[in-house]
Amino acid sequence: MRWGVVVFPGSNCDYDAFDTLGRIFEQEVRYIWHKDRDLKNIDGIILPGGFSYGDYLRSGAIARFSPVIEEVIRFANKGGIVIGICNGFQVLTEAGLLPGTLRENVNLRFICEDLYLRVENNSTRFTHLCDEGQVLKIPVAHNEGNYFAPPNVLKELEDHNRVVFRYSDRQGKVDEISNPNGSLNNIAGICNKAGNVLGMMPHPERRCDPVIGGIDGQVIFKSVITAAMEMAK
Amino acid sequence: MSVLKPVSYTNDPEITSEIIELHGLSEEEYNEIVSLLGRTPTFTELGIYSVMWSEHASYKNSILQLKTLPRSGGRLLVSAGEENAGLVDIGDGLAVAFKIESHNHPSAVEPFQGAATGVGGILRDVFTMGARPIAALNSLRFGPPENSRVRFLLDEVVRGIAHYGNCFGVPTVGGEIYFEESYQGNPLVNAMAVGLVEHDKVMHAAASGEGNPVIYVGARTGRDGIHGATFASEELSEESEQRKSNVQVGDPFTEKLLLEATLELAGKEALVGIQDMGAAGLTCSSCEMAAAGEVGMILNLDKVPVRETGMTPYEIMLSESQERMLLVAKRGHEDEIFEIFNRWDLEAVEVGVVTGDGRLKLQKDGKLLCDIPAHSLALGGGAPVYKRETVEPEYIVTSNAPTPLNEPTDFTAATLQLLARPNIASRRHVFRQYDHMVRTNTRVLPGEGDAAVVRVPGTKKGLGIATDCNARFVYLNPRQGAAMAVAEATRNVACSGATPIGITNCLNFGNPYKPEVYWTFTEAIAGMGEACRVLETPVTGGNVSFYNESPTGAVYPSPVIGAVGLIEDVEKSVGMAFKKEGQAIFLIGSDQVSWAASEWQIMNNGKPSGRLPELDLNLEKRLQQLLIQGINKEMIQCAHDLAEGGLVVALCEMAIADRDNPMGALLEFEEEISPLHLFGEGPSRAVVAVDVNSIDEFELLAEKLDVPCKWIGTTGGKGIGFRQIFSVSIEDIRANHENGLAAALGIETA
Repeated sequence: MRWGVVVFPGSNCDYDAFDTLGRIFEQEVRYIWHKDRDLKNIDGIILPGGFSYGDYLRSGAIARFSPVIEEVIRFANKGGIVIGICNGFQVLTEAGLLPGTLRENVNLRFICEDLYLRVENNSTRFTHLCDEGQVLKIPVAHNEGNYFAPPNVLKELEDHNRVVFRYSDRQGKVDEISNPNGSLNNIAGICNKAGNVLGMMPHPERRCDPVIGGIDGQVIFKSVITAAMEMAK
Repeated sequence: MSVLKPVSYTNDPEITSEIIELHGLSEEEYNEIVSLLGRTPTFTELGIYSVMWSEHASYKNSILQLKTLPRSGGRLLVSAGEENAGLVDIGDGLAVAFKIESHNHPSAVEPFQGAATGVGGILRDVFTMGARPIAALNSLRFGPPENSRVRFLLDEVVRGIAHYGNCFGVPTVGGEIYFEESYQGNPLVNAMAVGLVEHDKVMHAAASGEGNPVIYVGARTGRDGIHGATFASEELSEESEQRKSNVQVGDPFTEKLLLEATLELAGKEALVGIQDMGAAGLTCSSCEMAAAGEVGMILNLDKVPVRETGMTPYEIMLSESQERMLLVAKRGHEDEIFEIFNRWDLEAVEVGVVTGDGRLKLQKDGKLLCDIPAHSLALGGGAPVYKRETVEPEYIVTSNAPTPLNEPTDFTAATLQLLARPNIASRRHVFRQYDHMVRTNTRVLPGEGDAAVVRVPGTKKGLGIATDCNARFVYLNPRQGAAMAVAEATRNVACSGATPIGITNCLNFGNPYKPEVYWTFTEAIAGMGEACRVLETPVTGGNVSFYNESPTGAVYPSPVIGAVGLIEDVEKSVGMAFKKEGQAIFLIGSDQVSWAASEWQIMNNGKPSGRLPELDLNLEKRLQQLLIQGINKEMIQCAHDLAEGGLVVALCEMAIADRDNPMGALLEFEEEISPLHLFGEGPSRAVVAVDVNSIDEFELLAEKLDVPCKWIGTTGGKGIGFRQIFSVSIEDIRANHENGLAAALGIETA
């Protein structure tokens, strides 16, 4: 696959996504500057973690007005793969590509640590290589990861299996104790209706290299890459 | 041609003895200024001298002592003090730049911004050399955690560090936190940064080439931080609270942009020199770059981008607004530089030119306001240098005398009590607020080892990094205590498998004009020098912070050591967690332990007392060799140095360091067991677990290196137990260790 990693001023996991795709998965990957309007020839886009434009306002609120986002929306509407990680997820909700919003963590503190995610839907392009209910150990690092949506939106997400990951314990039990930030229904990641846009607060790119403590994030990228290869056949 | 004399600016106050005193200049120093200039200084000039000759910028009371430290040799590429941060070769054409610096006084009055800008400042010191920061650490010291002001300070300091580091995108991988009565009125906030640079892309802080443009880049200049350096050079008092306007405000987003733009300059011919504007802002960066290049500089202050209207030359020169740099470009190539900064939405403005006369000249509104020999301002140039009087404090003798102590009798209870102590309990509550993984290079995370291990991207190598200083030891015996701080910081690094290659120091002391304080300072420097020479870890640079006093007295002498080590194959690095059942546990190193200043002694007596156990630096060196070789030959599976709380606490920590897979140990001591053996403290000791197949080989290596090595048990089980004598379960260890800090701070754990 040919990937583009968007660089906003203040993105700081852009290198991590670039390095993971390029070095670990041997994908063709390049950076897309926030002022670029020409995405060129790509199959997938990563909106990386960080503090786009400083995020002094609501996270992602300014990034959604950047020139590149118009192109990302166009790309997504045509069915292109878009993955928003952490700040990228926040940007996707602000841009209207995914519903809901990410509020401040309930403990009002930044949280960075390894957590467990239960795969809720293993028929998406992002998770089809996962077992049903598989538990992944992937870290979060955010101050605003508390997923919120009005009841009707939440119902719609749940009814259509668009909740892709939920915070759980190591055994896959989803409860209040395993919820790090107050997210409704322990939601850690969701996808759009068409199934080509994924937003998640945890950082799968941080758990792809065995040298730095775990490879549970690999299955997500592998799923996307093999799905794309299948479709290209 | 008539020689222009600088004039005072509109509404500048007259130079009176009161004004001079307010600037923290002594009468002697003022007279020296008059004789250097051959006239009365203007108000702007007085301000400039006051910050450049302040303790913080001039090191006037410490430089003679610092020069006795080993500051070159080994892998060091530049000698300490020559550049913004030390630079050490790690092979493959790469070097690490690292430094630790204090931001104590700002953090005492405005803890969030004080700590945040402390982080920002040290990051700039590193990337101004062309090095990309790959790790940050911090060393924090506060009063007792039950105090509400302390709780506020800690919370805000941690938030400030998190705010800056997380947004900037540097992993905050380690550090330390201590609580002691002596820091109640004057907390210590020391920040360290480590960066990576290719040898041929190192940027230097020197100006050269007459006629070359001087370019100001980054954030605008405001009135924040005026006199920060002077503020840092006096004792904290009741009035310090009013100094809040001396504290700068940080903007990590702008710093991130500045980083990316600055690193694009590295290796470009268009760049001549660059220095960040830290303490003493535009003043320090301009005169130091001029002095370093033996040239002069003329700046037109009308061109300096300002945030507020009506700023006087005095304010512009003394502002410590953050996220700014000054650079010198090659004439004709400035557009290349403007293009880079504009792309990152940063201002870049030509504000002056390099001259050949060695003078710092300032103009505003067409007037000459300052004309000073640049050399006379700079450290190592004309700045004053003093040697202060020393007197051994009376407390040294009294506190080294033996005091009665109740030794632990119920070992299980003692273990659990110690594990929950604020100085021992897990720091998870704090480090989970720092992004310690960004840039995907952190291999050994906070809490998993004595040192953080960070991969060197693009290579197989890794760096082991730690900060350490047990100031209780330094209080009892400044010379040996400082040597022990070097020993412990480097031992922490060795416990990861990395070979220590250099240290940086942040010397936090009281008022140097008090002979007792100065005695502790000179003693600590002597001890540190000895340790660095034996352990072959040159001091690459650092920072001195005097005047850490509050109305209740000076802080414990706290020479914080930041150590950096190199491991050739990062995959061989280890943490402290027991990983596999049935491995042999060895206690290695010195058998010298005592209760003096141990956690148990403090817990029972309140204040440190007693005589420190003997420190044998040569044994320390051999112990570190055993750790490094044992780990790199894959005999040692995990290692942990023995520090606060002694042997049993260390074993408990190893049992729960892997949060998902805790593993206990069954102990077996060959000789009679004493409480001192289990809970006493002493230098040059570590616990390691060795694979059963490597035991003979390991024991042989220990023998060859002449390091005492004692088998004390086997890994496995659901707790730490020793026959019928004591037994603590993993659950109890966790409950006490994991929640101890949050409980002490009155925070409900999330």
